[in-house]
Amino acid sequence: MLKIESAVKTFFKGTPNEHTALDHVSLSLENGEFVTLVGSNGAGKSTLFNAICGSFMLDGGAVMLDGKDITYQPDYRRAADIGRVFQDPMKGTAPNLTIEENLALAYSRKKKHAFSLAVNKRDIAYFRERLAAMDMGLEDRMKTKVGLLSGGQRQVVTLLMCTLNMPKLLLLDEHTAALDPQTSDKIMKITNDIVKENNLTTMMITHNLNAALRTGTRTVMMDSGKVILDISGSERDGMTLNDLLEMYSQKSDKQFDNDRMLLTKDRSE
Amino acid sequence: MSFIFGTLQLGLIYGLLAVGIYISFRVLNIPDLTAEGSFTFGLAVSSVMAAGGHSWLGILCAALAGAAAGAVTALLQTRLKIHPVLAGILTMSGLYSINMYVMGERANVTLIGCDTIFTWFAGLFPSADKNVLKLIIAAAAAVIGAALAILFFRTHLGLCVRAAGDNETMVRASSINVDRVKLIALAVSNAYIALCGGIIAQYQSFADINSGVGILVVGLASVIIGEVIVGRRGVTAGVISAVAGSLAYRIIIALATRYTLLPAYMLKLISAVIVAAALSVPAIKQSISLYKTKRGGV
Repeated sequence: MLKIESAVKTFFKGTPNEHTALDHVSLSLENGEFVTLVGSNGAGKSTLFNAICGSFMLDGGAVMLDGKDITYQPDYRRAADIGRVFQDPMKGTAPNLTIEENLALAYSRKKKHAFSLAVNKRDIAYFRERLAAMDMGLEDRMKTKVGLLSGGQRQVVTLLMCTLNMPKLLLLDEHTAALDPQTSDKIMKITNDIVKENNLTTMMITHNLNAALRTGTRTVMMDSGKVILDISGSERDGMTLNDLLEMYSQKSDKQFDNDRMLLTKDRSE
Repeated sequence: MSFIFGTLQLGLIYGLLAVGIYISFRVLNIPDLTAEGSFTFGLAVSSVMAAGGHSWLGILCAALAGAAAGAVTALLQTRLKIHPVLAGILTMSGLYSINMYVMGERANVTLIGCDTIFTWFAGLFPSADKNVLKLIIAAAAAVIGAALAILFFRTHLGLCVRAAGDNETMVRASSINVDRVKLIALAVSNAYIALCGGIIAQYQSFADINSGVGILVVGLASVIIGEVIVGRRGVTAGVISAVAGSLAYRIIIALATRYTLLPAYMLKLISAVIVAAALSVPAIKQSISLYKTKRGGV
Protein backbone atom coordinates (compact mmCIF):
# COMPACT_ATOMS: atom_id res chain seq x y z
CA MET A 1 0.00 0.00 0.00
CA LEU A 2 2.57 2.55 1.13
CA LYS A 3 6.18 2.22 0.14
CA ILE A 4 8.90 4.65 1.14
CA GLU A 5 12.24 4.07 -0.52
CA SER A 6 15.38 5.56 0.94
CA ALA A 7 13.80 8.91 1.76
CA VAL A 8 16.28 11.71 2.52
CA LYS A 9 15.50 15.17 3.82
CA THR A 10 18.03 17.69 5.10
CA PHE A 11 16.98 21.03 6.55
CA PHE A 12 19.13 24.18 6.41
CA LYS A 13 21.53 22.57 4.00
CA GLY A 14 24.94 24.20 3.83
CA THR A 15 24.53 26.15 7.06
CA PRO A 16 25.87 25.41 10.56
CA ASN A 17 22.31 24.36 11.48
CA GLU A 18 22.25 21.61 8.88
CA HIS A 19 20.07 18.82 10.14
CA THR A 20 19.34 15.51 8.48
CA ALA A 21 15.76 14.82 9.48
CA LEU A 22 15.32 11.73 7.31
CA ASP A 23 18.38 9.61 6.67
CA HIS A 24 17.60 7.03 3.98
CA VAL A 25 14.37 5.86 5.55
CA SER A 26 12.76 2.86 3.90
CA LEU A 27 9.45 1.55 5.08
CA SER A 28 6.74 -0.49 3.49
CA LEU A 29 3.18 -0.99 4.70
CA GLU A 30 0.79 -3.74 3.64
CA ASN A 31 -2.88 -3.10 3.08
CA GLY A 32 -4.74 -2.87 6.39
CA GLU A 33 -1.63 -2.67 8.54
CA PHE A 34 -1.78 -0.43 11.62
CA VAL A 35 1.70 0.82 12.46
CA THR A 36 2.54 2.69 15.65
CA LEU A 37 5.53 4.97 15.26
CA VAL A 38 7.63 5.84 18.31
CA GLY A 39 10.84 7.72 19.02
CA SER A 40 12.10 10.69 21.00
CA ASN A 41 11.55 14.27 19.91
CA GLY A 42 13.48 15.11 16.78
CA ALA A 43 13.68 11.49 15.67
CA GLY A 44 12.00 12.36 12.37
CA LYS A 45 8.51 10.93 12.94
CA SER A 46 6.57 14.04 12.00
CA THR A 47 9.05 14.78 9.21
CA LEU A 48 8.26 11.35 7.81
CA PHE A 49 4.54 12.19 7.89
CA ASN A 50 5.21 15.53 6.21
CA ALA A 51 7.16 13.72 3.50
CA ILE A 52 4.29 11.30 2.93
CA CYS A 53 1.76 14.16 2.78
CA GLY A 54 3.91 16.33 0.53
CA SER A 55 4.31 19.26 2.93
CA PHE A 56 7.78 19.49 1.38
CA MET A 57 9.55 17.64 -1.40
CA LEU A 58 12.21 15.04 -0.56
CA ASP A 59 15.90 15.61 -1.31
CA GLY A 60 16.14 11.99 -2.40
CA GLY A 61 14.21 8.74 -2.45
CA ALA A 62 10.64 7.99 -3.41
CA VAL A 63 7.15 7.64 -1.95
CA MET A 64 4.70 5.22 -3.54
CA LEU A 65 1.07 4.96 -2.55
CA ASP A 66 -1.02 2.08 -3.84
CA GLY A 67 1.46 1.42 -6.62
CA LYS A 68 1.54 5.06 -7.74
CA ASP A 69 4.66 7.22 -7.47
CA ILE A 70 3.61 10.33 -5.55
CA THR A 71 7.10 11.66 -4.77
CA TYR A 72 6.56 14.89 -6.69
CA GLN A 73 2.81 15.21 -6.40
CA PRO A 74 1.61 18.45 -4.70
CA ASP A 75 0.17 18.10 -1.20
CA TYR A 76 -3.47 18.83 -2.05
CA ARG A 77 -3.53 16.08 -4.71
CA ARG A 78 -2.20 13.47 -2.30
CA ALA A 79 -4.70 14.59 0.30
CA ALA A 80 -7.46 12.88 -1.68
CA ASP A 81 -5.95 9.53 -0.66
CA ILE A 82 -4.37 10.46 2.67
CA GLY A 83 -6.24 11.50 5.79
CA ARG A 84 -4.20 13.21 8.49
CA VAL A 85 -5.07 14.18 12.05
CA PHE A 86 -2.67 16.56 13.79
CA GLN A 87 -1.73 16.81 17.45
CA ASP A 88 -3.09 20.36 17.53
CA PRO A 89 -6.92 20.19 17.51
CA MET A 90 -6.95 23.67 15.88
CA LYS A 91 -5.25 22.47 12.73
CA GLY A 92 -7.76 20.04 11.29
CA THR A 93 -10.92 22.14 11.28
CA ALA A 94 -12.00 25.65 10.24
CA PRO A 95 -13.14 27.41 13.46
CA ASN A 96 -15.57 29.87 11.86
CA LEU A 97 -17.44 27.25 9.86
CA THR A 98 -20.12 25.06 11.40
CA ILE A 99 -19.67 21.32 12.00
CA GLU A 100 -21.79 20.49 8.96
CA GLU A 101 -19.88 22.94 6.77
CA ASN A 102 -16.55 21.45 7.84
CA LEU A 103 -17.81 17.96 7.13
CA ALA A 104 -19.33 19.04 3.80
CA LEU A 105 -15.99 20.47 2.72
CA ALA A 106 -14.21 17.23 3.50
CA TYR A 107 -16.94 15.05 2.03
CA SER A 108 -17.05 16.81 -1.30
CA ARG A 109 -13.36 16.13 -1.93
CA LYS A 110 -13.53 14.52 -5.32
CA LYS A 111 -16.95 14.45 -6.77
CA LYS A 112 -18.78 17.76 -6.35
CA HIS A 113 -19.40 20.41 -8.94
CA ALA A 114 -18.01 23.82 -7.97
CA PHE A 115 -21.40 25.54 -8.13
CA SER A 116 -23.49 22.83 -6.52
CA LEU A 117 -24.99 23.61 -3.14
CA ALA A 118 -22.30 23.23 -0.47
CA VAL A 119 -24.47 21.57 2.18
CA ASN A 120 -27.40 19.44 1.09
CA LYS A 121 -29.99 17.53 3.08
CA ARG A 122 -28.90 14.04 2.15
CA ASP A 123 -25.32 14.72 3.21
CA ILE A 124 -26.48 16.22 6.50
CA ALA A 125 -28.47 13.09 7.31
CA TYR A 126 -25.37 11.02 6.61
CA PHE A 127 -23.17 13.27 8.78
CA ARG A 128 -25.65 13.02 11.65
CA GLU A 129 -25.59 9.27 11.43
CA ARG A 130 -21.80 9.11 11.44
CA LEU A 131 -21.50 11.62 14.30
CA ALA A 132 -24.12 9.78 16.32
CA ALA A 133 -22.04 6.61 15.99
CA MET A 134 -19.19 8.41 17.74
CA ASP A 135 -21.33 9.01 20.78
CA MET A 136 -20.11 12.51 21.64
CA GLY A 137 -23.49 14.24 21.33
CA LEU A 138 -22.25 16.24 18.34
CA GLU A 139 -25.06 15.12 16.02
CA ASP A 140 -27.38 17.68 17.63
CA ARG A 141 -24.92 20.54 17.23
CA MET A 142 -24.46 20.47 13.46
CA LYS A 143 -24.95 24.21 13.14
CA THR A 144 -22.46 25.07 15.89
CA LYS A 145 -19.24 26.78 14.87
CA VAL A 146 -16.36 24.37 15.34
CA GLY A 147 -14.36 27.08 17.15
CA LEU A 148 -16.78 26.74 20.07
CA LEU A 149 -16.08 23.03 20.57
CA SER A 150 -13.56 21.52 22.99
CA GLY A 151 -10.28 20.08 21.76
CA GLY A 152 -11.57 16.51 22.01
CA GLN A 153 -14.73 17.33 20.10
CA ARG A 154 -12.69 19.05 17.42
CA GLN A 155 -10.46 15.98 17.08
CA VAL A 156 -13.55 13.82 16.64
CA VAL A 157 -14.78 16.12 13.88
CA THR A 158 -11.34 16.03 12.25
CA LEU A 159 -11.19 12.26 12.50
CA LEU A 160 -14.58 11.99 10.85
CA MET A 161 -13.57 14.50 8.15
CA CYS A 162 -10.50 12.39 7.38
CA THR A 163 -12.43 9.17 7.07
CA LEU A 164 -15.63 10.34 5.31
CA ASN A 165 -14.14 9.55 1.91
CA MET A 166 -12.23 6.48 3.09
CA PRO A 167 -8.62 7.43 2.40
CA LYS A 168 -6.08 4.81 1.35
CA LEU A 169 -3.86 5.84 4.22
CA LEU A 170 -4.65 7.38 7.60
CA LEU A 171 -1.90 9.31 9.43
CA LEU A 172 -2.38 10.12 13.10
CA ASP A 173 0.20 12.54 14.45
CA GLU A 174 -0.09 12.22 18.25
CA HIS A 175 -3.72 13.05 17.80
CA THR A 176 -4.63 12.41 21.43
CA ALA A 177 -1.60 14.07 23.05
CA ALA A 178 -3.29 17.43 23.66
CA LEU A 179 -6.32 15.86 25.36
CA ASP A 180 -7.07 14.83 28.93
CA PRO A 181 -6.71 11.09 29.72
CA GLN A 182 -10.44 10.26 29.56
CA THR A 183 -11.02 12.08 26.30
CA SER A 184 -7.81 10.66 24.95
CA ASP A 185 -8.99 7.11 25.70
CA LYS A 186 -12.31 7.81 24.06
CA ILE A 187 -10.72 9.21 20.90
CA MET A 188 -8.38 6.20 20.81
CA LYS A 189 -11.37 3.87 21.01
CA ILE A 190 -13.17 5.72 18.19
CA THR A 191 -9.97 5.60 16.14
CA ASN A 192 -9.58 1.86 16.66
CA ASP A 193 -13.20 1.25 15.71
CA ILE A 194 -12.93 3.25 12.49
CA VAL A 195 -9.64 1.63 11.49
CA LYS A 196 -10.90 -1.90 12.17
CA GLU A 197 -14.28 -1.42 10.55
CA ASN A 198 -12.80 -0.14 7.32
CA ASN A 199 -9.56 -2.09 7.36
CA LEU A 200 -7.68 1.20 6.95
CA THR A 201 -3.93 1.27 6.46
CA THR A 202 -2.84 3.47 9.34
CA MET A 203 0.26 5.01 10.89
CA MET A 204 0.11 6.55 14.34
CA ILE A 205 2.78 8.56 16.10
CA THR A 206 2.61 8.24 19.86
CA HIS A 207 4.74 8.94 22.92
CA ASN A 208 2.79 6.50 24.99
CA LEU A 209 4.88 3.34 24.65
CA ASN A 210 2.24 1.13 26.20
CA ALA A 211 -0.31 2.34 23.69
CA ALA A 212 2.26 1.81 20.95
CA LEU A 213 2.56 -1.86 21.84
CA ARG A 214 -1.10 -2.45 22.59
CA THR A 215 -2.55 -0.67 19.56
CA GLY A 216 -2.20 -1.78 15.97
CA THR A 217 -0.30 -4.62 14.39
CA ARG A 218 3.25 -3.36 14.08
CA THR A 219 5.60 -0.96 15.87
CA VAL A 220 8.35 1.07 14.26
CA MET A 221 10.90 3.06 16.24
CA MET A 222 12.86 5.95 14.78
CA ASP A 223 15.95 7.74 16.01
CA SER A 224 18.02 10.52 14.38
CA GLY A 225 16.17 10.18 11.10
CA LYS A 226 16.56 6.41 10.86
CA VAL A 227 14.32 3.43 11.48
CA ILE A 228 16.06 1.53 14.28
CA LEU A 229 13.41 -1.00 15.17
CA ASP A 230 10.59 -2.63 13.27
CA ILE A 231 8.63 -5.35 15.04
CA SER A 232 5.40 -7.16 14.39
CA GLY A 233 3.71 -10.49 14.92
CA SER A 234 4.71 -12.73 17.81
CA GLU A 235 7.92 -10.84 18.52
CA ARG A 236 5.83 -7.76 19.23
CA ASP A 237 3.11 -9.59 21.13
CA GLY A 238 5.60 -10.87 23.68
CA MET A 239 7.26 -7.53 24.17
CA THR A 240 6.89 -5.47 27.33
CA LEU A 241 7.47 -1.81 27.88
CA ASN A 242 10.83 -2.46 29.49
CA ASP A 243 11.96 -4.67 26.61
CA LEU A 244 11.14 -1.85 24.26
CA LEU A 245 13.03 0.73 26.31
CA GLU A 246 16.00 -1.58 26.58
CA MET A 247 16.04 -2.17 22.86
CA TYR A 248 15.96 1.54 22.34
CA SER A 249 18.99 2.16 24.55
CA GLN A 250 20.87 -0.63 22.82
CA LYS A 251 20.10 0.47 19.30
CA SER A 252 20.51 4.17 19.82
CA ASP A 253 23.24 4.08 22.49
CA LYS A 254 21.36 6.47 24.68
CA GLN A 255 18.77 6.44 27.41
CA PHE A 256 15.30 7.79 27.13
CA ASP A 257 15.88 11.14 28.71
CA ASN A 258 12.82 12.80 27.36
CA ASP A 259 10.63 13.75 30.28
CA ARG A 260 7.50 13.50 28.19
CA MET A 261 8.28 9.91 27.40
CA LEU A 262 8.85 9.21 31.09
CA LEU A 263 5.65 10.95 32.07
CA THR A 264 3.50 8.92 29.72
CA LYS A 265 5.25 5.80 30.96
CA ASP A 266 4.45 6.69 34.57
CA ARG A 267 0.87 7.43 33.79
CA SER A 268 0.20 4.18 32.08
CA GLU A 269 1.69 2.05 34.83
CA MET B 1 -34.43 66.25 -2.23
CA SER B 2 -31.83 65.57 -4.90
CA PHE B 3 -29.30 65.55 -2.08
CA ILE B 4 -30.99 62.54 -0.50
CA PHE B 5 -31.35 60.78 -3.84
CA GLY B 6 -27.73 61.39 -4.68
CA THR B 7 -26.59 60.00 -1.35
CA LEU B 8 -28.71 56.86 -1.66
CA GLN B 9 -27.61 56.30 -5.25
CA LEU B 10 -23.94 56.58 -4.37
CA GLY B 11 -24.38 54.47 -1.25
CA LEU B 12 -25.98 51.64 -3.22
CA ILE B 13 -23.50 51.70 -6.09
CA TYR B 14 -20.54 51.82 -3.70
CA GLY B 15 -22.22 48.89 -1.95
CA LEU B 16 -20.67 46.74 -4.70
CA LEU B 17 -17.25 48.05 -3.71
CA ALA B 18 -17.98 47.16 -0.09
CA VAL B 19 -19.02 43.63 -1.09
CA GLY B 20 -15.76 43.23 -3.03
CA ILE B 21 -13.67 44.46 -0.10
CA TYR B 22 -15.67 42.26 2.28
CA ILE B 23 -14.77 39.18 0.20
CA SER B 24 -11.02 39.83 0.30
CA PHE B 25 -10.69 41.44 3.71
CA ARG B 26 -13.15 39.49 5.86
CA VAL B 27 -13.79 36.20 4.05
CA LEU B 28 -10.39 35.50 2.55
CA ASN B 29 -8.57 37.39 5.31
CA ILE B 30 -6.19 39.20 2.94
CA PRO B 31 -5.93 42.99 2.83
CA ASP B 32 -5.97 43.34 -0.94
CA LEU B 33 -4.56 46.63 -2.21
CA THR B 34 -5.37 45.72 -5.80
CA ALA B 35 -8.68 47.50 -5.12
CA GLU B 36 -7.20 50.94 -5.74
CA GLY B 37 -6.09 49.91 -9.22
CA SER B 38 -8.98 47.67 -10.17
CA PHE B 39 -11.58 50.31 -9.28
CA THR B 40 -9.97 52.74 -11.72
CA PHE B 41 -9.50 49.92 -14.22
CA GLY B 42 -13.25 49.33 -14.24
CA LEU B 43 -13.88 53.05 -14.44
CA ALA B 44 -11.51 53.44 -17.40
CA VAL B 45 -12.80 50.45 -19.36
CA SER B 46 -16.43 51.35 -18.80
CA SER B 47 -16.02 55.02 -19.72
CA VAL B 48 -14.01 54.37 -22.86
CA MET B 49 -16.49 51.76 -24.07
CA ALA B 50 -19.47 53.95 -23.23
CA ALA B 51 -17.84 56.79 -25.15
CA GLY B 52 -17.64 54.34 -28.06
CA GLY B 53 -21.36 53.65 -27.73
CA HIS B 54 -21.24 50.32 -25.83
CA SER B 55 -22.47 51.23 -22.38
CA TRP B 56 -23.72 47.77 -21.31
CA LEU B 57 -20.75 45.98 -22.79
CA GLY B 58 -18.60 48.51 -20.94
CA ILE B 59 -20.11 47.45 -17.61
CA LEU B 60 -19.52 43.78 -18.39
CA CYS B 61 -15.94 44.39 -19.52
CA ALA B 62 -15.27 46.48 -16.42
CA ALA B 63 -16.12 43.48 -14.25
CA LEU B 64 -13.96 41.19 -16.39
CA ALA B 65 -11.07 43.66 -16.24
CA GLY B 66 -11.30 43.68 -12.44
CA ALA B 67 -11.34 39.88 -12.36
CA ALA B 68 -8.17 39.83 -14.46
CA ALA B 69 -6.47 42.30 -12.11
CA GLY B 70 -7.44 40.16 -9.10
CA ALA B 71 -6.11 37.07 -10.84
CA VAL B 72 -2.74 38.75 -11.41
CA THR B 73 -2.46 39.63 -7.73
CA ALA B 74 -3.41 36.08 -6.78
CA LEU B 75 -0.77 34.61 -9.09
CA LEU B 76 1.88 36.91 -7.62
CA GLN B 77 0.89 35.70 -4.14
CA THR B 78 0.53 32.00 -4.76
CA ARG B 79 2.84 31.10 -7.63
CA LEU B 80 5.61 33.60 -7.01
CA LYS B 81 5.20 33.67 -3.19
CA ILE B 82 5.15 37.46 -2.97
CA HIS B 83 3.74 38.86 0.27
CA PRO B 84 -0.02 39.46 -0.18
CA VAL B 85 0.15 43.17 0.60
CA LEU B 86 3.11 43.73 -1.72
CA ALA B 87 1.44 41.67 -4.47
CA GLY B 88 -1.56 44.01 -4.30
CA ILE B 89 0.65 47.09 -4.37
CA LEU B 90 2.50 45.78 -7.42
CA THR B 91 -0.70 45.14 -9.37
CA MET B 92 -2.16 48.47 -8.29
CA SER B 93 0.97 50.30 -9.34
CA GLY B 94 1.18 48.54 -12.70
CA LEU B 95 -2.48 49.22 -13.34
CA TYR B 96 -1.87 52.98 -13.26
CA SER B 97 -0.01 52.72 -16.57
CA ILE B 98 -2.58 50.35 -18.01
CA ASN B 99 -5.44 52.64 -17.00
CA MET B 100 -3.68 55.58 -18.59
CA TYR B 101 -3.30 53.52 -21.77
CA VAL B 102 -6.95 52.44 -21.73
CA MET B 103 -8.08 56.04 -21.31
CA GLY B 104 -6.10 57.03 -24.39
CA GLU B 105 -3.24 58.67 -22.52
CA ARG B 106 -5.55 61.21 -20.95
CA ALA B 107 -6.04 61.72 -17.22
CA ASN B 108 -9.81 61.90 -17.63
CA VAL B 109 -12.68 61.01 -19.92
CA THR B 110 -16.05 62.76 -20.00
CA LEU B 111 -19.24 61.07 -21.09
CA ILE B 112 -21.38 64.19 -21.37
CA GLY B 113 -23.72 63.64 -24.31
CA CYS B 114 -22.77 59.97 -24.58
CA ASP B 115 -25.19 57.13 -24.01
CA THR B 116 -24.78 55.44 -20.64
CA ILE B 117 -26.82 52.75 -18.96
CA PHE B 118 -28.51 55.58 -17.05
CA THR B 119 -29.54 57.54 -20.16
CA TRP B 120 -30.63 54.24 -21.76
CA PHE B 121 -32.92 53.50 -18.80
CA ALA B 122 -34.22 57.07 -18.80
CA GLY B 123 -35.05 56.61 -22.50
CA LEU B 124 -37.30 53.67 -21.63
CA PHE B 125 -39.39 55.79 -19.26
CA PRO B 126 -39.34 59.30 -20.72
CA SER B 127 -41.89 60.73 -18.31
CA ALA B 128 -40.42 59.39 -15.08
CA ASP B 129 -38.26 61.36 -12.63
CA LYS B 130 -34.60 60.89 -13.61
CA ASN B 131 -33.44 60.70 -10.02
CA VAL B 132 -35.88 57.90 -9.27
CA LEU B 133 -34.71 55.99 -12.35
CA LYS B 134 -31.08 56.39 -11.28
CA LEU B 135 -32.00 55.15 -7.84
CA ILE B 136 -33.69 52.10 -9.36
CA ILE B 137 -30.56 51.20 -11.34
CA ALA B 138 -28.37 51.73 -8.27
CA ALA B 139 -30.66 49.62 -6.10
CA ALA B 140 -30.87 46.89 -8.75
CA ALA B 141 -27.07 46.78 -9.00
CA ALA B 142 -26.65 46.54 -5.23
CA VAL B 143 -29.41 43.95 -4.71
CA ILE B 144 -28.39 41.73 -7.63
CA GLY B 145 -24.72 42.05 -6.69
CA ALA B 146 -25.35 41.18 -3.05
CA ALA B 147 -27.70 38.32 -3.94
CA LEU B 148 -25.14 36.77 -6.30
CA ALA B 149 -22.45 37.03 -3.63
CA ILE B 150 -24.72 35.38 -1.06
CA LEU B 151 -25.57 32.57 -3.50
CA PHE B 152 -21.87 32.15 -4.34
CA PHE B 153 -21.00 31.57 -0.69
CA ARG B 154 -23.63 28.81 -0.50
CA THR B 155 -21.98 26.82 -3.27
CA HIS B 156 -19.21 24.33 -2.78
CA LEU B 157 -16.70 26.77 -4.26
CA GLY B 158 -17.93 29.52 -1.95
CA LEU B 159 -17.47 27.21 1.03
CA CYS B 160 -13.91 26.52 -0.12
CA VAL B 161 -13.22 30.28 -0.21
CA ARG B 162 -14.57 30.72 3.32
CA ALA B 163 -12.55 27.78 4.59
CA ALA B 164 -9.38 29.03 2.85
CA GLY B 165 -9.67 32.28 4.79
CA ASP B 166 -10.28 30.38 8.00
CA ASN B 167 -7.82 27.49 8.03
CA GLU B 168 -5.62 27.00 5.01
CA THR B 169 -3.98 23.83 6.33
CA MET B 170 -7.34 22.14 6.64
CA VAL B 171 -8.36 23.12 3.11
CA ARG B 172 -5.14 21.65 1.70
CA ALA B 173 -5.72 18.51 3.73
CA SER B 174 -9.20 18.29 2.22
CA SER B 175 -7.61 17.90 -1.19
CA ILE B 176 -8.56 21.35 -2.41
CA ASN B 177 -6.16 23.48 -4.43
CA VAL B 178 -5.89 26.53 -2.16
CA ASP B 179 -3.98 28.53 -4.77
CA ARG B 180 -6.83 28.16 -7.22
CA VAL B 181 -9.41 29.02 -4.57
CA LYS B 182 -7.51 32.22 -3.72
CA LEU B 183 -7.30 33.11 -7.39
CA ILE B 184 -11.04 32.73 -7.84
CA ALA B 185 -11.80 34.66 -4.66
CA LEU B 186 -9.54 37.59 -5.55
CA ALA B 187 -10.91 37.62 -9.10
CA VAL B 188 -14.49 37.75 -7.80
CA SER B 189 -13.60 40.40 -5.22
CA ASN B 190 -11.93 42.66 -7.78
CA ALA B 191 -14.68 42.04 -10.32
CA TYR B 192 -17.10 43.57 -7.80
CA ILE B 193 -14.76 46.50 -7.19
CA ALA B 194 -14.23 47.17 -10.91
CA LEU B 195 -17.94 46.73 -11.61
CA CYS B 196 -18.56 49.44 -9.03
CA GLY B 197 -16.00 51.65 -10.79
CA GLY B 198 -17.63 50.93 -14.13
CA ILE B 199 -21.09 51.95 -12.93
CA ILE B 200 -19.72 55.03 -11.15
CA ALA B 201 -18.05 56.21 -14.37
CA GLN B 202 -21.35 56.10 -16.25
CA TYR B 203 -23.28 57.46 -13.27
CA GLN B 204 -21.18 60.60 -13.01
CA SER B 205 -20.45 60.67 -16.78
CA PHE B 206 -16.84 61.21 -15.90
CA ALA B 207 -13.75 59.12 -15.30
CA ASP B 208 -10.52 60.28 -13.70
CA ILE B 209 -7.23 58.41 -13.46
CA ASN B 210 -7.01 59.19 -9.74
CA SER B 211 -10.52 58.01 -8.81
CA GLY B 212 -9.17 54.91 -7.09
CA VAL B 213 -6.94 56.69 -4.59
CA GLY B 214 -8.09 55.85 -1.08
CA ILE B 215 -10.91 53.65 -2.33
CA LEU B 216 -9.70 50.71 -0.24
CA VAL B 217 -10.18 52.70 2.94
CA VAL B 218 -13.63 53.80 1.76
CA GLY B 219 -14.53 50.13 1.24
CA LEU B 220 -13.06 49.08 4.57
CA ALA B 221 -14.92 51.88 6.36
CA SER B 222 -18.17 50.71 4.76
CA VAL B 223 -17.57 47.08 5.75
CA ILE B 224 -16.72 48.05 9.32
CA ILE B 225 -19.63 50.47 9.73
CA GLY B 226 -21.88 47.71 8.39
CA GLU B 227 -20.54 45.33 11.01
CA VAL B 228 -21.26 47.86 13.72
CA ILE B 229 -24.87 48.12 12.49
CA VAL B 230 -25.62 44.47 11.71
CA GLY B 231 -23.01 42.73 13.86
CA ARG B 232 -20.50 40.10 12.78
CA ARG B 233 -22.53 37.01 12.06
CA GLY B 234 -22.58 34.69 9.08
CA VAL B 235 -21.36 35.44 5.60
CA THR B 236 -24.90 36.20 4.35
CA ALA B 237 -25.31 38.85 7.03
CA GLY B 238 -21.81 40.03 6.19
CA VAL B 239 -22.63 40.73 2.52
CA ILE B 240 -25.82 42.56 3.47
CA SER B 241 -24.03 44.51 6.18
CA ALA B 242 -21.40 45.62 3.66
CA VAL B 243 -24.08 47.22 1.47
CA ALA B 244 -25.80 48.71 4.52
CA GLY B 245 -22.45 50.03 5.72
CA SER B 246 -21.83 51.68 2.38
CA LEU B 247 -25.19 53.45 2.59
CA ALA B 248 -24.47 54.59 6.14
CA TYR B 249 -21.00 55.76 5.14
CA ARG B 250 -22.38 57.90 2.32
CA ILE B 251 -25.01 59.40 4.60
CA ILE B 252 -22.35 60.33 7.17
CA ILE B 253 -20.19 61.88 4.46
CA ALA B 254 -23.11 63.72 2.90
CA LEU B 255 -24.19 65.19 6.22
CA ALA B 256 -20.67 66.20 7.11
CA THR B 257 -20.12 68.05 3.83
CA ARG B 258 -23.62 69.50 3.50
CA TYR B 259 -23.48 71.23 6.83
CA THR B 260 -19.88 72.16 6.07
CA LEU B 261 -18.68 70.53 9.23
CA LEU B 262 -15.64 69.65 7.23
CA PRO B 263 -14.16 70.57 3.88
CA ALA B 264 -14.47 67.78 1.31
CA TYR B 265 -10.73 67.12 1.25
CA MET B 266 -10.87 65.94 4.88
CA LEU B 267 -12.99 62.90 3.95
CA LYS B 268 -10.07 60.55 3.41
CA LEU B 269 -8.66 61.38 6.83
CA ILE B 270 -12.05 60.82 8.44
CA SER B 271 -12.39 57.47 6.64
CA ALA B 272 -8.93 56.42 7.75
CA VAL B 273 -9.68 57.39 11.35
CA ILE B 274 -12.99 55.45 11.29
CA VAL B 275 -11.21 52.32 10.04
CA ALA B 276 -8.31 52.65 12.49
CA ALA B 277 -10.67 53.24 15.41
CA ALA B 278 -12.96 50.34 14.51
CA LEU B 279 -10.09 47.89 14.01
CA SER B 280 -8.46 48.88 17.31
CA VAL B 281 -11.57 48.19 19.39
CA PRO B 282 -10.56 44.61 20.37
CA ALA B 283 -7.06 45.72 21.46
CA ILE B 284 -8.43 48.66 23.44
CA LYS B 285 -11.05 46.47 25.13
CA GLN B 286 -8.33 44.04 26.11
CA SER B 287 -6.09 46.66 27.67
CA ILE B 288 -9.04 48.20 29.53
CA SER B 289 -9.97 44.84 31.04
CA LEU B 290 -6.32 44.19 31.91
CA TYR B 291 -6.14 47.60 33.57
CA LYS B 292 -9.29 46.83 35.56
CA THR B 293 -7.93 43.47 36.65
CA LYS B 294 -4.72 45.13 37.82
CA ARG B 295 -6.60 47.81 39.71
CA GLY B 296 -9.04 45.34 41.22
CA GLY B 297 -5.96 43.22 41.94
CA VAL B 298 -6.74 40.09 43.93
